[in-house]
Amino acid sequence: MALLTATRVRHYFGGLCAVSDFNLDLQAGELVGIIGPNGAGKTTVFNLITGVYRASEGSIRLRDTELVGKTPHQITALRVGRTFQNIRLFRDLSVLDNVRIAHYAQVRYGPLEALLHLGRYRREEQRIVENSRRLLSIFKLDHLAGETAKNLPYGSQRRLEIARALAIGPELLLLDEPAAGMNPNEIDQLMEFIQWIRREFQLTILLIEHQMKLVMGICERIKVLDFGETLAEGPPEAIQSNPKVLEAYLGEGPVG
Amino acid sequence: MKTRWSVGWEWLMAQRWLLPVLVAVGFVLAFAIEYDLFNNEYVRGVAMSVGIPEYTLEYTLFNKYVQLVMMYVGINIILTVSLNLVNGYMGEFSLAHAGFMAVGAYTAALLTQKVLPVAAYPGLFPLAVLAGGLMAAALGLIVAVPSFKVRGDYLAIITLAFLMIVKSVIENIDTIGGPRGIPGIKKLTTLPWVFFWVVVSVWVVRNFVYSKYGRGVLSIREDEIASDLMSVNTRRVKFLAFMVSSFFAGIAGALFAHLLQFISPRVFDIIKTTDVLIMVYLGGIASIGGSILGATVYTVLLELLRPSTVAAMLAWLPAVALDPLNEYFIRHLGVWRMVIMPLLLVLVMLYWPRGIMGLREFRWFIPRRDLEAHHRQHAHGGSHGAAHGH
Repeated sequence: MALLTATRVRHYFGGLCAVSDFNLDLQAGELVGIIGPNGAGKTTVFNLITGVYRASEGSIRLRDTELVGKTPHQITALRVGRTFQNIRLFRDLSVLDNVRIAHYAQVRYGPLEALLHLGRYRREEQRIVENSRRLLSIFKLDHLAGETAKNLPYGSQRRLEIARALAIGPELLLLDEPAAGMNPNEIDQLMEFIQWIRREFQLTILLIEHQMKLVMGICERIKVLDFGETLAEGPPEAIQSNPKVLEAYLGEGPVG
Repeated sequence: MKTRWSVGWEWLMAQRWLLPVLVAVGFVLAFAIEYDLFNNEYVRGVAMSVGIPEYTLEYTLFNKYVQLVMMYVGINIILTVSLNLVNGYMGEFSLAHAGFMAVGAYTAALLTQKVLPVAAYPGLFPLAVLAGGLMAAALGLIVAVPSFKVRGDYLAIITLAFLMIVKSVIENIDTIGGPRGIPGIKKLTTLPWVFFWVVVSVWVVRNFVYSKYGRGVLSIREDEIASDLMSVNTRRVKFLAFMVSSFFAGIAGALFAHLLQFISPRVFDIIKTTDVLIMVYLGGIASIGGSILGATVYTVLLELLRPSTVAAMLAWLPAVALDPLNEYFIRHLGVWRMVIMPLLLVLVMLYWPRGIMGLREFRWFIPRRDLEAHHRQHAHGGSHGAAHGH
C-alpha cells in the first residue's frame, strides 16, 4: 500500500511555476531519492508535503489522509519528520531540549496539568526525557545533552537534526541534503547510518541529495527534477545512463 | 575556576528544600508585618523570654512606608515575571502590558466598589482580584491573534495600538469615571495577599516554562517554522503564553488599584509598560530569577533615590558636609532620579546586555528532572546556577 501519494501537484510562486505536475508513489519501507540541479524545486516538494506551502493544485495523500490544506504541525503529528538543507536547530537551546520539543504532539497532558504540574505531567515528562536520552545515545550525543546546540561541531549538529526528526516518531522521514558539507569518508558512514535507522525505526525515507555517491549507493528509486518538472524516474542504474539526466544534471556529458 | 564563593553558591543551590522554607518564612513575616505582631505585647513577651533583647523590638524597621515599598516590589515582580513570558521566553515585543493591568485594575475596582459587599465581607477581595485576572486573560486571547501573522516590530506596533485602545475606551465610558478615573477605592491589598500572588505567579510561570508549552514558547523564539515542523502547535502555544502573561498583569493591576486607592486611565499609559520593560531587561530575559531581581532592584533603587530617603541616609554627616550636598545634589534628586534610572538602563544594555541573569536561571526554580536530564553525564555549573540550555 502506498504510504505517500502525490498526484499532479503544482505550485506557483507568483507567476513562476516552481513545481509542475509532480507525481509520486511512495511505498511503505522504500528509500527514494530526489535529485536535480539547484532551483529544480526539490526543497519546494518537501515544503509542500510538510505543509510549509500549500500546493496550488493537486493532491498529496498520506495513506488516506489528504495533506494539502493542513498546517505543518498537523502533518508532522501524522508522523512525518524532516530535516533541513541548512541546519535549522533551535540554536540557543540545549541538545536535550531540541529533541524534547519534537515530542510535543505525543505528550498527553493539557494546559491545566502543565500550569499546575499535576496529573499526567510527571509521567509524561519522565517518558519524553527517557525517550530523548535514548535517541541521543543512539546518535552518540548523550554526553552533550546539556550543551547549547550551536556549540556542537557541524557533524554533530547534522546528527542532532536527524535525532530531533526521529523524536517525532515518524513513519516517513524526509532528509534534505543530509550529506551536505561532508567528506567522502563521512558520506560512507552516513550511508550506513541511513540504512541502519531505516531498519531500526522502520522508516520510509525520501531524500534530496547532490552527492551522487550517496544517492546511487542507497536509493532504490530516484526521481529527477528540473525546472519543476519530472525529467526521469527509475532505479539508479537507469538514471545513471539516462541521457536527458546527464545533460540536465551532470552537464553536457562526460568531458572527452 | 572554582573560587570559594562559587563553591559556596553551588552548595546553596543544591539545598533545594530551602525554597519552600523561605516561602513559608515569607508568609509568616508578611502576616507579622501586616498585623504589626512585632508590637504585640504577647509576641514581645515570648520574644523577650527566649532572650531577644527588648531594644531590637523597639526598632520599627517595617514602618508604613517600607511596607508600601515592599508591596510595590511584589506587584512589580508579578508584572515582570509575566511580561518576561512574552518578551523574554517567546522573544516577542509586547507593549500591551499596562493595558492588561488597566483591565484587571478596573474590573476589580468596579467589583469592590459597586458589586461585591467587601465592606461586610473582606474575604470577597480575592474574588475581585481573580476576576480582574480573568478579564485581562480574555483580552490577552484577542491580542494573541495578530501574533499568528506578524512578529517583531510589527507586533509591537499592534500591541501599542491595543494599549491606546484600552486607554481611550476607558476614557470614554462615563459610568466608570471616564478620564477622571475611580477615586476612593478601598485599601484591600495587604502584604500577605501580595506575597501570595507573587508566589502563585512565579510558580505558575515556572511550571509553564518547564512544560511542553514552555519549550514550545522557546522554540518559537528560536525558529517558528522549524518549531511548527517539529509538531509544536504554535498558535495554541501563543494563545496560552499571552493568556498566562495577561492574566497575571490583570492580577497585578487589581492589587495595584487597591493599594493606590485611585486609578485613572493615565496611570496605565505607555510609561507604565516602559517601567516593566526596564525591569525585564535589567533582570534579564527568559529568567524568572532575573525578573525577581530586576523588579526588586529597580523598585528599591527608585525609592532610594528620593530626596527624603537620601537625606535620611546621610543625616549622620556633619552639617559642613551635608549642607552643600543638600544644596547641590539631594534637593535636585526628585528631578534627576527619573534620569538616573534610564541612564542606568543604557549602561546595563551597553556593558551587560543580558541583564543581571539573562537566559540563566536559579537552580531552585528548575525542576529536578530537568537538571538531572541535562547533567547526568558531567555536572558543570556556572556561578549563578545551571544555564538551562538557552
